[in-house]
Amino acid sequence: MFQRILSDIALMSAIGVVLAAIMVIAQRWLSNYGEVNLNINGKRDLTVKGGNSLLATLSDNQIFIPSACGGRGSCGACKCKVIEGGGPLLPTEKPLLSKAEQAGSIRLGCQVKVKSDIKIELPEAIFNIRRFHSVIEEIIDYTYDIKGITFKLQQGETIDFKAGQYVQLETEPYEKVKQKVMRAYSISSKPQINDRIQLIIRLVPEGICSTWVHKYLKVGDKVNFTGPYGDFYLRDTDADILFVAGGSGKAPIKSMLEHLREIGTNRKMTYFFGARTTKDLYLTDEFRAFEDVFEQFEYVPVLSHTLPEENWNGKTGFVMPYFKDAIRDPKNTEAYLCGSPGMINAVTKSLIEYGLSEDKIYYDSFG
Amino acid sequence: MDISAFVLFWAAIFTSNILLTNFLGMCSYLSVSRELESSLGLGTAVIFVLTVTAALNWLVYNYILVPFEIVYLQYIVFIIVIAAFVQFLELLIERYAPALYYTLGIFLPLITVNCAIFGVSLFMIIRNYSFIQSVAFAAGSGIGWLLAILMLAGIRRKLKEKLVPVGLRGAGISLIITGIMALGFVGFSGIVQIQ
Repeated sequence: MFQRILSDIALMSAIGVVLAAIMVIAQRWLSNYGEVNLNINGKRDLTVKGGNSLLATLSDNQIFIPSACGGRGSCGACKCKVIEGGGPLLPTEKPLLSKAEQAGSIRLGCQVKVKSDIKIELPEAIFNIRRFHSVIEEIIDYTYDIKGITFKLQQGETIDFKAGQYVQLETEPYEKVKQKVMRAYSISSKPQINDRIQLIIRLVPEGICSTWVHKYLKVGDKVNFTGPYGDFYLRDTDADILFVAGGSGKAPIKSMLEHLREIGTNRKMTYFFGARTTKDLYLTDEFRAFEDVFEQFEYVPVLSHTLPEENWNGKTGFVMPYFKDAIRDPKNTEAYLCGSPGMINAVTKSLIEYGLSEDKIYYDSFG
Repeated sequence: MDISAFVLFWAAIFTSNILLTNFLGMCSYLSVSRELESSLGLGTAVIFVLTVTAALNWLVYNYILVPFEIVYLQYIVFIIVIAAFVQFLELLIERYAPALYYTLGIFLPLITVNCAIFGVSLFMIIRNYSFIQSVAFAAGSGIGWLLAILMLAGIRRKLKEKLVPVGLRGAGISLIITGIMALGFVGFSGIVQIQ
C-alpha cells in the first residue's frame, strides 16, 4: 500500500517534470529574442533583452512609467507612444485607448512586447521618476477616516517634484491579499522639503492599499514608492486661482499652498473644501492661517450634510453656487480640482458655464 | 460505445452543445462575447486547442494512466497537459506566426482555464470513446462553442442600442439570453442522444 502511494507520487512527479522540462527548453528556444535596441525620444539608446513587455523592460532599466494594475491591461495608466517596432494594436488595448490615441500610435506599455528594435517617446519628466525606499516617521489622524503619513527617505536619497504631483505606494502582502499592489497618492508636503514626503490617505471601504495603510502601517515600517508622476501641478502664471478639493483631495492643494508660501505670491486665490459634515473637516486652522500669509486668499469649507446639532454657521450645500463671488475675471482664472470623477465632472461643467476656459481647468481624478 | 464518429461530431455541435447543454466554458464566453471579432478569434482558438488536447489526453490516459494504474489522477494530469500545451502553443505561435498571434494567440491564456476544454477530456473518458471518436467529439464541441459565442456576440451587438433594465446590464442579460438559446437547442435533442 505504502509502496503504491510512493510509486504513484513518483510517476505523477515524473509527468510534471517531463512537461516542465519541455516548457523550459521551449522557452529557451522560442522566446529568446536576443538583445534588441530600445530607443527613447530619438536620444537615449538602451540595449535590452527581448521577449518581455515594454513596461517590464523599462522598469528593469530603472525607467518607471505609471501602472496601477501591475500589467494586467485593466487600468490604462501605462500609455506611451510607440513609433516603431511595437507590432499591431492588440484587442486587449483597444478598450482603453480613445480613437485619437489609437491614431497617434499611443499604446499600453504592459501589452506591447519588445521583440525587435523599438522606438518610443516618453515625456522627459519620466526620467525623473525613481523608486524610493522610505521609513514611516509620523502618522497623524486627521479625521475618523483620513490619516496624514510622513515617509522619510533612506539616507542620502532626495526626491525632486512639483507641487501637486503624486507617487505610487507599493503595498506588502497582508491577510488575504497575496500580491503587491500599487496605488497613487498625491504628495501633501512642499517640494522645498526633499528628504521626506507626506501623503494624506483616506480609508476606502474594501480598499486594498488604504486598508493596509490604516490598519497595518506603524511608525518605523519600511515602505517603497515610485514617483513623482502626473501633470497636475501648479502653473507659474499670475492668473487668479480656484482650488476645489474635498477629503484627501486636500493633499496636492496643501503642497501647492505651502510651496507658494515659500516663494511668495500676490495671486488671488480661493480654496473651496467640500465635505459632508463637521466630522470631515481637518487642517482647518492651518488653512485659515494661509489667509494671513497671502494678500488675497480665502479658505471656504462648504458642508453638504450638516446636522442641526453641529451648529455649523458656514456655507452649506454644494460648492458650485459659491464660485460666482470668487471669480473676478473668468478668462484670467485657473482652476485646480482634486477628487472623485463625479465631483470633477460636475465642477468642470459649472466652471465652463461661469466662463472659464477648459484648458485652464486642471484636475486630478481619483479614478 | 459504438456511435460513429460522424454522428458524434454533429451531436456535439447541436444536441449536446458543450456550452448550451452542459454550460461549460461560461467564463470566457461571457467576457469575450462583447465583440464579434474577438469572439471569432477565441472560438477558433478553442476549436484548435480542444481537438489537440483531447487527442493528447486520450493518448496520455490510455498509454500512461491506464497501464500504470493511476487513473484516479486523471484530473491533475489532464489539467497539467492542457496548461503545458497551451503555453507551448502560445510561445510557438508568437515566434513563428506573429500575424496569427495577434488575432488568435492573445486568447490562448484565457483558454488554459476554460472548463470546456477540461470537460471534453473528462467526457471522452467517462463515455469510453475511441481515439477517432474523441477527436470528432472534441472538434464538434469546439465548433459548438464557437457557434454559441458567435450567436451571443451577435445578439449583444444588437443589444447595445436597446434599453436593458439597469440591474440586468452586462452578465445578467447575457445569462438570460444564453438560457433562451439553450431552450432553443433543446429542439435538436430529438435527433440523436449521446449523453
